[in-house]
Amino acid sequence: MTSAVLDTNPGAEPRTTYINKEYGVASWLLTIDHKRIAILYVIAITLMFFVGGLFAVLMRVELLTPQGDLMTSDTYNKMFTLHGIVMIFLFLIPGIPAVLGNFLLPIQIGAKDLAFPKLNLLSWYLYMIGAIGTLVIIMLGGVDTGWTFYTPYSTAYSNSHVVLMTLGAFVIGFSSILTGLNFMVTVHRMRAPGMTWFRMPLFVWALYGTSIIQLLATPVLAITLLLLAAERLLGVGIFDPAIGGDPILYQHLFWFYSHPAVYIMILPAMGVISDVIAAFSRKRVFGYEFVAFSSLGIALLGFLVWAHHMFVAGISVYSAMIFSFLSMFVAVPSAIKIFNWTFTLYRGSVSYHTPMLYALGFLGLFAVGGVTGLFLAALGLDIHVHDTYFIVAHFHYIMVGGTVMAYFAGMHYWWPKMTGRMYPEWWGRLAAMLVFVGFNLAFFPQFLLGYLGMPRRYHVYVPEFQVLNVMSSAGASILGVGYALPLLYFLWSLKYGKKAGANPWGAVGLEWATSSPPPTENFHETPVVTWEAYDYHGFTEAGYTEGSRER
Amino acid sequence: MSAEAHTGKEHHGHPRLQHHFESMAQQHEASSLGMWLFLTTEILFFGGLFVAYTLYRWLYYDAFIAASEHQNILLGGINTAVLICSSLTVAMSVYFSQTNRQRALVWMLVITMMLGLAFLGIKAVEYHEHFEHHLVPGDHFQLPGAPHLAAQAQMFYVLYFFMTGLHAFHMVIGLGIYAWLLIRAVKKEFGPEYYSPIEAGGLYWHFVDIVWIFLFPLLYLIGRHQ
Amino acid sequence: MERRHQKHNQELETESARMHHVTPPAIYFGVFAALMALTAVTVAVAYADLGWLSTPIALVIASIKAALVILYFMHVRWSTHLIWVVVIGSFVWLGVLFVLTFSDYLSRGITLA
Repeated sequence: MTSAVLDTNPGAEPRTTYINKEYGVASWLLTIDHKRIAILYVIAITLMFFVGGLFAVLMRVELLTPQGDLMTSDTYNKMFTLHGIVMIFLFLIPGIPAVLGNFLLPIQIGAKDLAFPKLNLLSWYLYMIGAIGTLVIIMLGGVDTGWTFYTPYSTAYSNSHVVLMTLGAFVIGFSSILTGLNFMVTVHRMRAPGMTWFRMPLFVWALYGTSIIQLLATPVLAITLLLLAAERLLGVGIFDPAIGGDPILYQHLFWFYSHPAVYIMILPAMGVISDVIAAFSRKRVFGYEFVAFSSLGIALLGFLVWAHHMFVAGISVYSAMIFSFLSMFVAVPSAIKIFNWTFTLYRGSVSYHTPMLYALGFLGLFAVGGVTGLFLAALGLDIHVHDTYFIVAHFHYIMVGGTVMAYFAGMHYWWPKMTGRMYPEWWGRLAAMLVFVGFNLAFFPQFLLGYLGMPRRYHVYVPEFQVLNVMSSAGASILGVGYALPLLYFLWSLKYGKKAGANPWGAVGLEWATSSPPPTENFHETPVVTWEAYDYHGFTEAGYTEGSRER
Repeated sequence: MSAEAHTGKEHHGHPRLQHHFESMAQQHEASSLGMWLFLTTEILFFGGLFVAYTLYRWLYYDAFIAASEHQNILLGGINTAVLICSSLTVAMSVYFSQTNRQRALVWMLVITMMLGLAFLGIKAVEYHEHFEHHLVPGDHFQLPGAPHLAAQAQMFYVLYFFMTGLHAFHMVIGLGIYAWLLIRAVKKEFGPEYYSPIEAGGLYWHFVDIVWIFLFPLLYLIGRHQ
Repeated sequence: MERRHQKHNQELETESARMHHVTPPAIYFGVFAALMALTAVTVAVAYADLGWLSTPIALVIASIKAALVILYFMHVRWSTHLIWVVVIGSFVWLGVLFVLTFSDYLSRGITLA
């Protein structure tokens, strides 16, 4: 018999939750409640997502025609730079950990909060300084170096706000480091009685793996950006060949972070998918231990492959061969996860609610992105398609087809928990389909364009490529509609959505054993865990009396 | 289901027990692990600079030797000794808080800070010397004795100023931390049940010492036998 | 469940006992003396003509000094396995950065006959 505390009276009002416990702007801006901090993050991150999307829209409009008729090449450089910087540093890297991780990690392990609540608030403020700083930089004219800030262009030639932007990225990096540190200590030290490592949801394992990367990789980026800023400001030559520096050193140091960074972006997404697929198949994730260890494996192996971004930069061919081999290796744990999720579906009691639609979309799109990554790991092919749209398509399949889909899956799955309201299901399904169709139409043609030779970061192209470009831009517009819809109906649901009970999905997990929204201290009594993760088989014995699925 | 055993009413414990922790032991372990993880990030942070240093020392070895000759071994050596002494006083500060020797604790914190200030003072003297001898990278850089290696020697000095500058910045932060610890120690906030800030501050200080332990031979003692 | 809580609290107590290990000051003074001595050795070795061994020896001495600080001053000798993993892992990871970066630079000159 469990001692998980169920909210046995979900409909009764009034009830104190983390939302209505205190009112007033100060109670939010000075909060140390991880749930409120997650809400602060979701507002900021949503805004930045649309800012980054705006740059994408401008690029896709320009690319409707082969000529550069909407903007100059200098302006176009700023477009792809800012799209990259905003989407990567201000949306994808913080995204799932700062929003869903912050909200759910303590609850999923039965803790009252993260290990360092004030540090958590500091993380948010650092993020906001970086975000507002970036908006200011955009208004001052932006940056045109590419999000990669390659030297010596960024240090010696660019006339844009490089120093400010690198310092902004430095600050955001610290936000990321502190979040990772907080999560790691929390998982090690604050699990509820009985919550052993192998009873934790796979979302927590994924966040743990992400935290390892955040701690080990981000500091190297931080020092590299400081060196870059110093070089630009003081004219000293660390990376500038004209004064004795080595631009390849910059790339080694930059990619030592930036490759693991892509695993910061995908690991939490994979964690969401594990939880969502289990819930909507009503089945334990197949091969739980394999998935858990794969999260760690991805985190660690991801550090060994960075120079596959530098195959044509001038590194030695022997080094390139080593990195090529290692890059093939790193695909293995991801593939293991895909197999495990698929086997979870098999003979599961599958239902097609919105979160599951996004999760199923993830399986297909991430698989395509991952497999094309293997193509790129092969030296010969990469030399052919490097700096073309093939690369752009590859990483968008992972980042958008993977991470963004998973983010939406998670937002829909946990929306009732966070807000106490259901979103309108049919609108959710419609938006999910639009996203899937729009995404493929936007990005599949880009594989073809890249293979045919269209270079990336160019605003002009030969007329033969126009049809595919128009298809891509059309897809992007459908995708945009698909993204706008949830913004609208989520906001709508806050006032008019059906009130949610503690466990509207009938899912297994400590978060479903407390009210929707939860009280500030998460649980009225510290839970003592006696059941395994995703114990759908023992569901009724576990005492989850809530949860006929709300259709 | 016995509800009383583990409700929030347990938090009648130590006044320093934070609301989200179950026990002082858990809080202490969290604090210690948290500081160690932060030091991990610092190791990687400084590590990037050591990679750059290694590359340029390998590429420009002769220039690095010529440049390092202008380093003041006496001052560098004294600074190394100063930091080692300060690590001792830091370790003793933990011991005294564990054994509830309040006055001794305060003295250790004070002496640590004085040693830290001494380190920064000596560093300032060195920087001044470098400036006087035209060893600051930029338009006025000169390398007497080996002018043909000047361009590459500048790389040494870029790294020297960056690495020791970043190290000194960390010392300043360390002084700030210790000032805060000192104020709290004077107010007798620490004792055998609660000294995790002293321990965490100590870990940070020792780390800064370790960075210097590597910087000293790498920056001051290159090719001295030649 | 009472028993589960008791067990949990017992675990916290042993944790507490272990982590509140008080190092005798004699050990601290011993480490201090060793660090000062090794510093003197570092300087002496720098002036000796040891050819290409100078650099590795200097680094080994520095590493020994660092290890003494870590093990004794920073208490790692008496810390949990988790802390050991964190400390060793950090240096291993720094090693990864070094090894793979220099795998590039050092192999550029290789030519197959």
